[in-house]
Amino acid sequence: MSSNATAVTLHKCAKTFEDGTRALDPVDLAVEGGETVVLLGPSGCGKTTLLRIVAGLENPDKSGEVWFNNDDVTELPIEKRNVGMVFQSYALFPNMTVAENVAYGLRVRKMSKPEIEARVLEMLKMMRITELANRNIDQLSGGQRQRVALARAIAVRPRVLLLDEPLTALDALLRERLRVEIDSLLRSLAITSIYVTHDQAEAMALGDRIVVMSKGKIVQTGSPREIYNNPKNSFVADFIGTVNRIPSAMTDGIDTPKEHDLVFRPEDAEIVEKSSGQFNGKVVNSFFLGDRIRLIVDCGAPEYITIESFQRDVIEEGDEISIRVHQDRFLEIN
Amino acid sequence: MIRREYPRYFLLILPAAIIFTTFFFVPMTRLAVVGATGDEGVASYLSIIQTPRHFESMVATVLLSIGVTAFALVISTIAGLFLVRNRFRGSETLVSLLTFPLAFPGVVIGFMIILLAGRQGLIGSISNYLIGYKVVLAYSMWGLFLGYLYFSIPRVILTIMAAAEKLDPALEEAAQSLGASSWEVIVDVILPALKPGLIASGAICFATSMGAFGTAFTLATNIDVLPMTIYTEFTLNANFAGAASLSIILGIITWIALLLARSLSGSTVAASG
Repeated sequence: MSSNATAVTLHKCAKTFEDGTRALDPVDLAVEGGETVVLLGPSGCGKTTLLRIVAGLENPDKSGEVWFNNDDVTELPIEKRNVGMVFQSYALFPNMTVAENVAYGLRVRKMSKPEIEARVLEMLKMMRITELANRNIDQLSGGQRQRVALARAIAVRPRVLLLDEPLTALDALLRERLRVEIDSLLRSLAITSIYVTHDQAEAMALGDRIVVMSKGKIVQTGSPREIYNNPKNSFVADFIGTVNRIPSAMTDGIDTPKEHDLVFRPEDAEIVEKSSGQFNGKVVNSFFLGDRIRLIVDCGAPEYITIESFQRDVIEEGDEISIRVHQDRFLEIN
Repeated sequence: MIRREYPRYFLLILPAAIIFTTFFFVPMTRLAVVGATGDEGVASYLSIIQTPRHFESMVATVLLSIGVTAFALVISTIAGLFLVRNRFRGSETLVSLLTFPLAFPGVVIGFMIILLAGRQGLIGSISNYLIGYKVVLAYSMWGLFLGYLYFSIPRVILTIMAAAEKLDPALEEAAQSLGASSWEVIVDVILPALKPGLIASGAICFATSMGAFGTAFTLATNIDVLPMTIYTEFTLNANFAGAASLSIILGIITWIALLLARSLSGSTVAASG
């Protein structure tokens, strides 16, 4: 499967709904074979529409094209595209058992019974749910349901795996555990996958590449590291991680272009000896998080800044502190 | 402790007991007893098999009801799914218009069938123009069938629409993504999801058709449905015992159908009409 993984190419794919709303501006996107690309953005940014265009559940507006390797699949309906889909609502067939769910795609493909049985067992083993084979869907927990949904989607050996917010319906702990499992699964299968989420932590953990979207447009594409360290604009910086902003007027004594605000991440600030930092401020709030403390600081800027420190010193509300940010940790954002 | 609760339980159950006794137990018992008081005694219950007219009437009624139920289910499922999936201008109005037949008594429905397919009806005029022959359906089994179908469809279509609205669209999309054709999606996903609604509304449809009287009376067809036979025995022949025994048998057939539906769907099915 890995040797000939399918590359997905979208060319000028836009989507205007019948009532005239524009869900997606013309978008170009190339996903390499075996790569995991995460479409990240707030709700209504067009990420799900983009995924549905790849799936074949939506048609792009005229002149949009979808390619799987060298095949133009634009006109191909979903049932002919050989894609695997995983939904937020799991979408398991309630009238079938776990094994029947996993077998469904194979049954539709008219595979022989022994072949189906072997493949279903292989999938259940891979997802470590062999003991659930004969259960009904309503007897499963959310995490188990999503495992079944994954097994069902990959059982047919799809060319592309499409995941639409698969973890959103789960609670935080389970979400994190399943995220790790999905990550190792996608890596071991080396299957081309497109993963939609609004959760930046999920995107960072899973994506070889992240595509940040906003209002029907792709804002930035890059590895999680690139996106986090070099956000292209304030939308990306704000959406992924937290940023602090200090107006240029207050930046005397710092070597930086005057026309820009100073922008930095909370963890890049360091608490230093009184008055020896770049800014001084008063602690408004102090949260002890165990491994670190989070401080909300008023340093005269229009918005309070947030800093995170791994120092062991006790810093409380009302304390005056001095802050230093290393010169190359300032983000360059217009 | 529990013993002291008995008087209170008795008081609480009293209203239900009174209603049950007055409106169900007493009349039913009377009917059953009357059914056995004729010249033939209890044997009058066998008249349904022994009297050819009665037997034919029962078979015709059951077949008609089954046919109407099957047709109503097919038509309503297709139309109901369409109406849920496609919102268009006036679709709300159309749906509310569909409930119209519920308000009509059987007489009005019979009258409408005569206007449509009677001797001076629309179908007759068109067929006369086209093939030079008047097609008259109203006074045959077809007239009954059309009339029954007309008042059955709203009952079924509303139940189907309620069930179809609850259907998660992702289920169909999942099946499609796995390679299922439209037909396979219908058979494997949509129909199983609609099954409880289909069984419930099918049972109601069957029960209503079994007991419908007004339409049959207005059309005065050459086929006697069971309620018509009961009417004839009761009013024209003054055969109280025969009428009563036929009524009990009509009730039992319908009751068995509802019981079957209940055990199949696992949920409560109420008859109406």
